Amino acid sequence: MRALLELMLGDPQADRAVPQTGMTVRLTVFVAAVMAFLAVITLAVSFTTNRVASLWAADLAQSATLRLPADPATADALLLSALDVLETTPGVTRVRALSQDEQQALLEPWFGPDLPLDALPVPQLIEIVTDGDDYDVEGLRARLSAQVPGAILDDHTAWRAPLLDAAARVRLIGWSVIVLIGATVAAMITLAAQAALAGNARIIAVLRLVGAKDAYIARAFVRRFTLRAAGGALVGVLIGLGVVSLMPQGDATSSLLLGVGFEGAEWVWPLLIPVLAAIVAFFATRAAAFRRLREQT
Amino acid sequence: MIELENVSYGYGGQTLFSHISLTLAPGSFHFLTGPSGAGKTTLLRLCYADLRANKGKVRVFGQDAGALNRDEVAMSRRRIGVVHQDCQFLDHLSIAENIALPLTVSGRGHEAAQNLHELLNWVGLGPQANQRPPELSGGERQRAALARAVIVSPDVIIADEPTGNVDWEMSQRLLSLLIELNKMGKTILIATHDLAMIRAAKSDISARVLRLKDGQLVQAGAEL
Repeated sequence: MRALLELMLGDPQADRAVPQTGMTVRLTVFVAAVMAFLAVITLAVSFTTNRVASLWAADLAQSATLRLPADPATADALLLSALDVLETTPGVTRVRALSQDEQQALLEPWFGPDLPLDALPVPQLIEIVTDGDDYDVEGLRARLSAQVPGAILDDHTAWRAPLLDAAARVRLIGWSVIVLIGATVAAMITLAAQAALAGNARIIAVLRLVGAKDAYIARAFVRRFTLRAAGGALVGVLIGLGVVSLMPQGDATSSLLLGVGFEGAEWVWPLLIPVLAAIVAFFATRAAAFRRLREQT
Repeated sequence: MIELENVSYGYGGQTLFSHISLTLAPGSFHFLTGPSGAGKTTLLRLCYADLRANKGKVRVFGQDAGALNRDEVAMSRRRIGVVHQDCQFLDHLSIAENIALPLTVSGRGHEAAQNLHELLNWVGLGPQANQRPPELSGGERQRAALARAVIVSPDVIIADEPTGNVDWEMSQRLLSLLIELNKMGKTILIATHDLAMIRAAKSDISARVLRLKDGQLVQAGAEL
């Protein structure tokens, strides 16, 4: 804690002992800004994907579809039996048999608008909305098989599972990219710090001649690179948030490309990026500095 | 203060010197002479733990220099003021900041304000305090290096050819500063080619003159 406080407050005289080197300054700030920008975009896409998938999955989880056999002779009796079973099932909050027009609209994308639905054996569909708590899908399935022969209950598990799986993978890829970005920042800052240390070998020799400890010499470099990384990352985050805000906004449930951005507690993450960049830079520079100083003995 | 016991040093398969023994007692004044390449600078570097002996033992303030870690070496440097022939300044800092550097790196930067003005006047560099090292003459740089070496009030001052780049008048001025420090109780070790300076010093103080030649350290003869 004391080391961190000393680092942030700094020692103006100690800072002046090591001159600014233009190339490493620009390189560190540029890399931190670019990586922070990419991190913001990655986070936005990852969070949005997760949010949309969760919304879709929640919708699917609270609904089911019952399909009745397409037999004109028994259709009305089966429909009445099915509605009776469903309306007396705990956890089922709403039941609605789709009208002929609604069924035609569902089939229209595949068969066109002129589909003669009356002439085809189209199964009757019943939309079921559940509250999710008392709803026992296996119990309902057993009752339906006894009282509505041939009825098929689709609880959307087959759709929901891959959707949630895909969302989890996108989230994993997102975090992997963030880790890679962090590693890249650490690698670039290590290189820049080593270049700065090598370029200042004579200055380090003079500082040692007058009694400077390694920690003193390292601190001058660590502080400088930490502040540069934090500053560059802040710029990158601001640009990234600006770009995200320019994305078309809309109802994220209708399209993944609409509503890319952050909501609620998600805003904490982009704001943490400069802090994380500073932490990465602190440890990367510190390790590079002490290694270099050991070699330069 | 500093003790070399049967010390040998060489590199690249060549032995620079071997079985050298030397004791720098508190308050003593030593001159180290010898031809170029004899190893005078190397011997000085061994004395302030900048190099480690191949054989033998170097003791700095009672501690085995070969066993010191880097932080301990740094701490010992705070008790040894070093004046290099090429001065070794940080060119982006002013002369005042360079002179105050030993205090800055030891966390005593606040003491610089008190000592600096007095020290700059002592070496006659008051007007040049805010100039950068490249803007100073050779003599001024040497005096600044001496001021930097003494700002932490070290026990030992080691100077490598301090008058190498200055005229006679300036070398006398530097010598008088070093003699003044010795009279204040500081231990002085100077490597030099300047026999005239040695003769001038011997007329004022009791100095021991050592000659490093052919890998051996001997007491200098009657030529002085």
